This record gives sequence, C-alpha cells and structure tokens, in this order.
Amino acid sequence: MSKATFKVWRGDRERGQFQSYTTDVTTGMVVLDAIHQIQAEQANDLAVRWNCKAGKCGSCSAEVNGQPRLLCMTRLSDLDLETPITVEPMRAFPRIKDLVTDVSWNFEVKKRIKGFTPRPPDAPDGTWRMQQSDVERVQEFRKCIECYLCQNVCHVIREHHEEKEFIGPRFFVYSAALEMHPLDVADRVPDLKREFGIGYCNITKCCTKVCPESITITDNAIIPLKERVVDEFYDPVGRLVKIFSRRAQA
Amino acid sequence: MPDYDTKTHDVLVIGAGGAGLRAAIAAAAEGVSVGLVCKSLLGKAHTVMAEGGVAASLANVDDRDNWRVHFSDTMRGGQYLNNWRMAELHAKEAPDRVRELEAWGALFDRTPDGRILQRNFGGHKYPRLAHVGDRTGLEMIRTLQDHGIHQGIDVHMEYTILTLLKDGDRIAGALAYDRERGRFRLFHSKAVVLATGGIGRAYKITSNSWEYTGDGQALAYEAGAALQDMEFVQFHPTGMVWPPSVRGILVTEGVRGEGGVLKNSQGRRFMFDDVPENYRAQTATDPEEGWRYTQGDKSAKRPPELLTRDHVARAIVREVREGRGSPHGGVFLDIAWIKEKIPNAEEHIKKKLPSMYHQFKTLADIDITKEPMEIGPTTHYVMGGIRVDGDSQMSNVPGLFAAGECAAGLHGANRLGGNSLSDLLVFGKRAGEYAARFARSNGDTRIDINQATAAEKRALAPFDRKDGEGPYQIQQALQNVMQENVGIVRREAEMEKALTEIDALDARAAKVSVTGNREYNPGWHTALDLKNLLTVARAIAITAIERKESRGGHFRDDYPNKDPEFGKVNLVIQRGPDGRMVLSRVPIPAMPAELAQVIKEMG
Repeated sequence: MSKATFKVWRGDRERGQFQSYTTDVTTGMVVLDAIHQIQAEQANDLAVRWNCKAGKCGSCSAEVNGQPRLLCMTRLSDLDLETPITVEPMRAFPRIKDLVTDVSWNFEVKKRIKGFTPRPPDAPDGTWRMQQSDVERVQEFRKCIECYLCQNVCHVIREHHEEKEFIGPRFFVYSAALEMHPLDVADRVPDLKREFGIGYCNITKCCTKVCPESITITDNAIIPLKERVVDEFYDPVGRLVKIFSRRAQA
Repeated sequence: MPDYDTKTHDVLVIGAGGAGLRAAIAAAAEGVSVGLVCKSLLGKAHTVMAEGGVAASLANVDDRDNWRVHFSDTMRGGQYLNNWRMAELHAKEAPDRVRELEAWGALFDRTPDGRILQRNFGGHKYPRLAHVGDRTGLEMIRTLQDHGIHQGIDVHMEYTILTLLKDGDRIAGALAYDRERGRFRLFHSKAVVLATGGIGRAYKITSNSWEYTGDGQALAYEAGAALQDMEFVQFHPTGMVWPPSVRGILVTEGVRGEGGVLKNSQGRRFMFDDVPENYRAQTATDPEEGWRYTQGDKSAKRPPELLTRDHVARAIVREVREGRGSPHGGVFLDIAWIKEKIPNAEEHIKKKLPSMYHQFKTLADIDITKEPMEIGPTTHYVMGGIRVDGDSQMSNVPGLFAAGECAAGLHGANRLGGNSLSDLLVFGKRAGEYAARFARSNGDTRIDINQATAAEKRALAPFDRKDGEGPYQIQQALQNVMQENVGIVRREAEMEKALTEIDALDARAAKVSVTGNREYNPGWHTALDLKNLLTVARAIAITAIERKESRGGHFRDDYPNKDPEFGKVNLVIQRGPDGRMVLSRVPIPAMPAELAQVIKEMG
C-alpha cells in the first residue's frame, strides 16, 4: 500500500503551524478521506467541516496545495504524492480551528438582500406558468452549494477586505437568481450599486475558475447585473421604459 | 450552581433540514418566538442529498393521478403498517406544500405548458415527482432557508443538543453545546420539535453524513417518548460501490426513472426474474414495455427496476451472493444504453442527471453516458422513529413534537422514493403549527437546573479519563456490528450476537477518552454521538429480533414470508423504570371505511 504525506494547518484563532502526517493511500481516495483517516488514527481533535462527501453541501472548502477546493471532490490521484500535500483553511475568512473558518459574514450578507417577491399568480388556482427555457437560466445560479470558495478567492475580500461595502460573487449570483427569476418583481439594482459594491468587481473571473458547480459567475451573473446598473443609473430613457414595463407586469 | 447562557423561545426546533426549516417557518407564522438549532451551518443538512424529487399528486403530467392513488401507493409500499391518518394527510396536503415552495421561489422543471414537471419513481403509479434535474433536495432546502431567514427565526448554528429538559412530564427545553467553542447553552421553551433526521451512521455502508447519529430518536427515548417501527431500515438499492472511498454514496432512483436498467455480470436484466405477486399487475412484461413507460406512454406498465426499494435491494443482494455480481461486489446500472433508443442520448443524460454525471466522472472516472455504473445497496433511511399523533405530530411526551425522518408512521415498512421530501414539508408544517399552538395554550415551564448540570458532567467526563479508548474505534466497531448482523438479510442468531456486542460497546463507550480541548474537537463530538448511536442500534436489533417475518425493509432469512399476525401490529419501544428498553406490540387501529374503500378500489 502506498503512502502520502499531508502538511495540515493546525491552529486556533490566534496562532498555528503546519503539521505533517503520513497516511495510507487506497484507490479512489479524496483529500477528505485522508483527513478523516488522520483524524481517526493520529489526531482525533483535527477540526474539519464536512457533510455529504459528494460535492453537494459545500461544507469542506479549503485550500489544497494553495488551490481553493472542496476536499471531498479532490482526488489524490490528481495530485503529486511524491511531495507533501498542503491542506489549509480558506484564507479570506477568520480562522476558528485547524481547517474550520468563520464564514458567518456570508449568512449576514444574505439577510440584507431583498427576498423573493413574486408577481400575482397566473392561474385562478394560485399557480404560475413558466417555460423551461426561462427557468434554465436561473437554475444555473441555483446550483450554488454555498461553499464560499468564490468569496475566498475574490481579491476584493481576500486582499482588500471590503466586506462592509461588498457582498462578493456568491451574493451576486444569489441576486442574479432573484433578478432574473421569471416571477420576481422586486428591484435590487439600486442596492447592488450603492450598498453591495458591484462596482468593485473588475471581472478577473477568479470566482468562476474555482466554482465546483461550474457556474459561469462572471459572465452570466455579474456582468448582466452590472449592465442593469448601467441601464438604470446611466441611461434615463431605458430606465423609464423599465419602470413602466415593471408596473405593467405587476 | 452554574449560570448557563440561556435562550428562551416559545418553540425550539432541533434540526434544520427540510422538516426543521418548514416547522420553524410554520411556528413563526403562528406568531410565536422560534429558535432553530442545527449541528452544521444552515443549509448544509442532509436534505441537500435528496436527488430525485418530491412526491405530490399534482396531476400535471398524468391527469389520472389524485390523492387517493398517492395514498394507496404509499400504503402498499409500506405494507399497510403505516399510520393511515398520516398517509391520508400526506397525500392530501403534499400538492399544496409543493405549490407553496414555488411561491417562495423554487424553480422546478416545467411541462411544455409551463406547469411543474413530474417524473416516474419506484412504487408510484403515475409520474408524481416534482423535480429539478437530480438536485431537488438542494432546491428545497435553499428555498426554505432563503424564505426562513426573513421570518424572524433565531438560528443557532453548530450547536448539538445533549439532552432534553423536562418539567414533570412536560418538555421544558434542552441543553446544548456549541461545537465551535465547546460552551454550553441552555434553551428554555414551551415546546420542542425534533427534526433531526436518521440513523445511517450506525452502519458502515451508508449514504448518510456524519450528522445522522439518531439524535432525535435517542433524545426522545431518553425523555420518555415511544419509538416505533425501528426494525424498518431502508437500504437504497443503488449506492456507489467503487472506489472504496465513495462506497455508499447515493445514486438516484431517477436514473431508473429515466430509463436506466439493472444487469448482472451475464448481462441479464434480472429484475424481470422475480416480480412480487402484489405488484405483478402493475409491472411491465418485457423490456420494451418498460422503456415505453419511462418515456411517458400511459398505456405501458412500469419496468421492474422501479419496484419498491426493499425488493430491488434484495434482488441485487441475491445476484451478488449467487456469483453474478460486478467486479467490486455490486451489479450494473446502465443508462448509457438509451442511445439505442433516442438521438442525443449523451446530452439528454447530462441534462436529466447532471449531478450523477459529475459524481461518477469526478469520483470514479466513469462516464455514465458511455458505460454502466457499478452499484449496490446502501443504508439510506429509517422508516421507524418517534411515535407521534398523526394530526399534530406530538409524541406521548407533552410538548415534544417530531417531524420528518426522525418521526415514524407515514412510511410503514418501506418508504417510496420521493415521499420523504413531501413528508418533511407536510409534517414539518403540521409539527410547527401544533407546537406553536401548544406553546400558546400552555403556561411557562420551569427548568430543573440539576438535569442540565448532570448532562454537562456526563459530556465533560471523556476529558477527565486519560487512558481510555478513542471514540472512532468504537464508532467503527458499532458500524461493523450493525452492517454484518442487522443488515439487509437478517437472522436471529446474528442479531442476538449484535445485541451482546452492543452491550460490550456500551461498556467501552462509558470509558472513552478524548484528547485536546473543547474548541471544535471532532473527537469529543464523536464521543458524545456514541450514546445516541448505541441507543438506536439497540432499538433496531431488539425490534428486528421480535418481528419474526419478512416485510418491507425488514427481511428475515429464517422467516422469509409475511405473517398476517405481524401485519396487525407496530413494535413500540419505551424506556422502562429500570432504564432498560421495554418492547411491546401495539395493534394498528382499524382504518375508517372510506380509506379502506380507497385501497380496495385502487387494488
């Protein structure tokens, strides 16, 4: 049986260091398996979040060899096992312990975004009619598993820590899902401009590259939202048309 | 006397998957104060893993569907051990609960005329599952979460409940620890809703996450509530089997709903070889008819791959045992073959089953549009759980409610796919509402601090023991005991052996020790989970020994047939005065004439 060495970040809120663990490697293993094996056999108190182990819950986000990844979807066979593999917590968020970070800011941000506001039902029985082609565009955004890897790599958060004025790619995707929802009639565009800092994004697409759900964050969510901001604030004619069409819809 | 950090809510909901979120929303809508406790971050609960869809007789795809058909399908699937009142309410209310999700922003796949699309699933007579590709659970939990955060609910993330607190007979709250810091928090409430999910971590091969340690069932049992039908554990027929690290991860029944077929190593569709008597009239006679059914031909009957999960799982075990299995001890599930039938099959599969495509590609190097998957049974769901009143979801302990997987009744001896998501919506809402009403109409409770300090002392004891065994070894040993002795095919002697071993593991767990400090310490958390796991494991073994017949999810090699006498009773477990489990057979009340008539008509 082959072995591999993992340099795992061990520490608390204030301090920590990498610690090396060598463990057995079996066919098909992912990094989360290795972490669990180390936890069970060598370091019972090694902290890591996880749930589904199938890339669906977005709990086990971390950085493997410096790359933001879901630990459960990172195969050891895709890594060079000759040299030690580093596993460390997401860098953009405050550390709690070992691989666990404080992501509570994300939950606070979401509450600030206006919730879903549907138009009146289309049918007397209180239901709506929507075409598959119209829901598909939004379904892409709704694939998001809230792993926050996009938030973790966004330089506005990671380097500049503009958390007070900027909501980050995850919540642009969330806002886009609401804005482009076939039934939603609320307007989040002024908030996106004034409070949520969409102007900070300069389209480097780092978020899109790390998305484990392959959501085209920048092109399909952020750029169209930026265009709406432009339409609404810098194109007075377009704005009037929009206001009237919205009234007509409601 | 310690001064606990205390939070007071009228209703405390424990668990924030679909059932817990729905209960919290319902309670908040009644105007009471609500606290919601979850072990993980909000939105990560096991509901995200639900793939295929939510069952509701919307009749959007086949207008022959209605609540009566759904009711009779659920009862037949549950082999008539179900709480018929719950099955009735569930079938009647599920359509409204699904439509309500749409009003809260859920985006289900559509029919050509713009309504919610529905797909075929095992045991459902008509296409009944509203879905979003194969990620329906994620859509549901996100919809409930995003709606819930605007309803004034206090969410306590990453807290685990250690014990329920009582004021005389009545529930008065709970003591929890904060996983991050390891501090204790006391919840003082007038009513508690348990929505903690299942017990899958008691088994080695499971589709369930670490959270599924039987918390609700064990907490309720300790508080004096009755557990029912614990012998009925659902082994989902299709879990991944290779590579070893993914063994048990769920492969949605939707694969079969979309035309996927099961084959053994000889290439034979073995499901045609053994169709049970009570399903024969509803099952296709040849592969061609089965295919037409999956493609929406209303005159065709369903393929045998879509028989109930208990039956399909046992057929797979039989093939493997008789030497016709796949290289890694499963059988083959093939969806790629549909390219013989439809153009653009590859795109179609990726569109209908995106997360299955992704899961196999990433974790097993298998392209499901080109080659078959290797699959085998995996521990998936427990039909049994806390015994509740069908209307209110209250247990026999006043003020203690339960909803979703941790409650018993709706599914009887076997659950139909898709009925769990509708279960948690229908009964989550009911539990939340009735808990709120209970809180309003009953006065405040008094906390007995001694109950809390005793629980705290027990929780901290593993830190004081320096030379005990680690918790992971005990957890793994239990998983092996249950997998080998109380699994899909059961025998008396093996289950008796399991009980003896559970006794020994209990003794080992009492001496477990943990290293490190209280801050985010998974070793400590695992040590604290052991008690709940051992409680549910024991309840499963005791009831499985008692039920000397085979029915639904419970199959006895030594009693391979159904026994009509056992068809009249639920097995109920309660804590006796001496602390031991007391087992009783409780007769199932007679069904009202109108429901009996529905079953008769539906055949």
